[in-house]
Amino acid sequence: MIFVALFAPILGTVDPTAIAARLRTREPSALHWFGTDMLGRDLYSRVLYGARVSLIVGFSVAALSSIGGLAIGLFSGFFRAMDAVVMRVMDGIMSIPSILLAVALMALTRGSVGNVIIAITIAETPRVSRLVRGVVLSLREQAYVDAAITCGTRTPVIVLKHILPNALASIIVQATYVCASAMITEAILSFIGAGTPPFIPSWGNIMAEGRALWQVKFYIVLFPAIFLSMTVLAVNLLGDGLRDALDPRMTKAA
Amino acid sequence: MVAYIARRVLAIIPVMAVVAMFVFLLLYLSPGDPAVVIAGDQATPEDVEKIRQGLGLDRPFFVRFAEWIWQIVHFDLGTSIFTGQPVSTLIAQRIEPTLSLMVITLLFAVITSIPLGILAAWKAGAWLDRIIMTFAVFGFSVPVFVVGYVLAYVFALELDWLPVQGYSPIAQGIGHWLEGLLLPAATLGCVYIALIARTTRTAVLEVLRQDYIRTARAKGVGQIATLFLHALKNAAVPVVTVIGIGVALLIGGAVVTESVFAIPGLGRLTVDAILRRDYPVIQSLVLLFSLVYVLVNLAVDLLYTVVDPRIRY
Repeated sequence: MIFVALFAPILGTVDPTAIAARLRTREPSALHWFGTDMLGRDLYSRVLYGARVSLIVGFSVAALSSIGGLAIGLFSGFFRAMDAVVMRVMDGIMSIPSILLAVALMALTRGSVGNVIIAITIAETPRVSRLVRGVVLSLREQAYVDAAITCGTRTPVIVLKHILPNALASIIVQATYVCASAMITEAILSFIGAGTPPFIPSWGNIMAEGRALWQVKFYIVLFPAIFLSMTVLAVNLLGDGLRDALDPRMTKAA
Repeated sequence: MVAYIARRVLAIIPVMAVVAMFVFLLLYLSPGDPAVVIAGDQATPEDVEKIRQGLGLDRPFFVRFAEWIWQIVHFDLGTSIFTGQPVSTLIAQRIEPTLSLMVITLLFAVITSIPLGILAAWKAGAWLDRIIMTFAVFGFSVPVFVVGYVLAYVFALELDWLPVQGYSPIAQGIGHWLEGLLLPAATLGCVYIALIARTTRTAVLEVLRQDYIRTARAKGVGQIATLFLHALKNAAVPVVTVIGIGVALLIGGAVVTESVFAIPGLGRLTVDAILRRDYPVIQSLVLLFSLVYVLVNLAVDLLYTVVDPRIRY
């Protein structure tokens, strides 16, 4: 556990950037490292390009849902009047399993990377907002918040200057988990044909194309699968490492 | 207690109202005007308008919403655009494989994950704990269909122990039914097992620090009995909670697992409906799955008092 905690940030940050760095320099090559798919396209370069989609989707969803969740969570955590209504709406959205929600939203629009990001963000935001609200509720009981209120500080200032910095640690940790699950969801959406359009190579797409041939040409499914799993694993370990590093309580428990 | 149950059941209403609103919006916003489709190519705008009025499509949003809710409450889920069959018939045809898959996965996951979690907590910090927790992180990180393909490749294609794909109804013999579901259940269970094992480990670790555990050990209760009877019992609330929450993973995962293993269930129906943009079917499935999820979690809430008599409402 200590090993993971110490080395996860290194493992986690090195892996995704290494993939991205190779992406820039290497155009589709004639060497076919991973073989070719049924249309004769080089699988190796397709998998590398697929990294782009996964990383873009992962990071955008993490960023957008953190911002959205933060806004909603801070709002409903601090203004009690709105709390019940906002949280009931969030409960409702959360009670739709997130993959199903994303799939249903994708059915409304045409498949594009942007739409995938929006759909997954809508599915992930309520969870973040719940977390933020919980943190805000416990923080606003703290003495320094009372002190700030007594001093006559205006509410927006309290929220932004006193609550936000203290809530940030757990939000960053949550964002890494959201990033990991967004990459999985993107792959699943593409895999069942409701995600990234077929002409953009994404890991889910490549696997969906390999699906017809998987019993004879297993490698078409295998390579994107390995890349996807390793990337998600790296991000998850990064999350675990950050959690242990940022929260002293969790280190003791783990 | 009765008041608590009543309150908890009533709390479902606003949640399901939000779900229903969302699901209705889905149909409302869906591209394509049914009136234009029904009227055909030769229709004048007046014809289309007439059909629209006939279908009640010109009335305000909330009137249509209320009417739709009224239908749902009477189990009228509408008809599929693609096949023309009532959605409720479609769902009834497909429910058995999905239900089988979920129940088997649930049992399989609970039976394997809880002992794993307890074992990890008992040997906390030792190599056994690390191995189990490494598997748990892998379980979180490897997508369902990847697990599915790897398992199918190893156990069905290479070793030829189990059928590759397909579903054999329970009516045609329990043996075949179970055989066909083993790989899908293992696939679907992966994330779920990881989640439950991790939670069990944390909860049991917490309990093991308590005084009564030391007392139990001091009076000579065996290690296994201490772990399973004393520790697990007191760690049950978070474990039961996460089993309930994890049902969402099962539902989402079933959609994918059924595609990988060619199981003709509700998940497969969902995928087909999405590819065909069959909105009434998508709508009903989202509503159904969400209702199941909400009810499971209601059951879990009510279970708290059974597993932990200290909780009184």
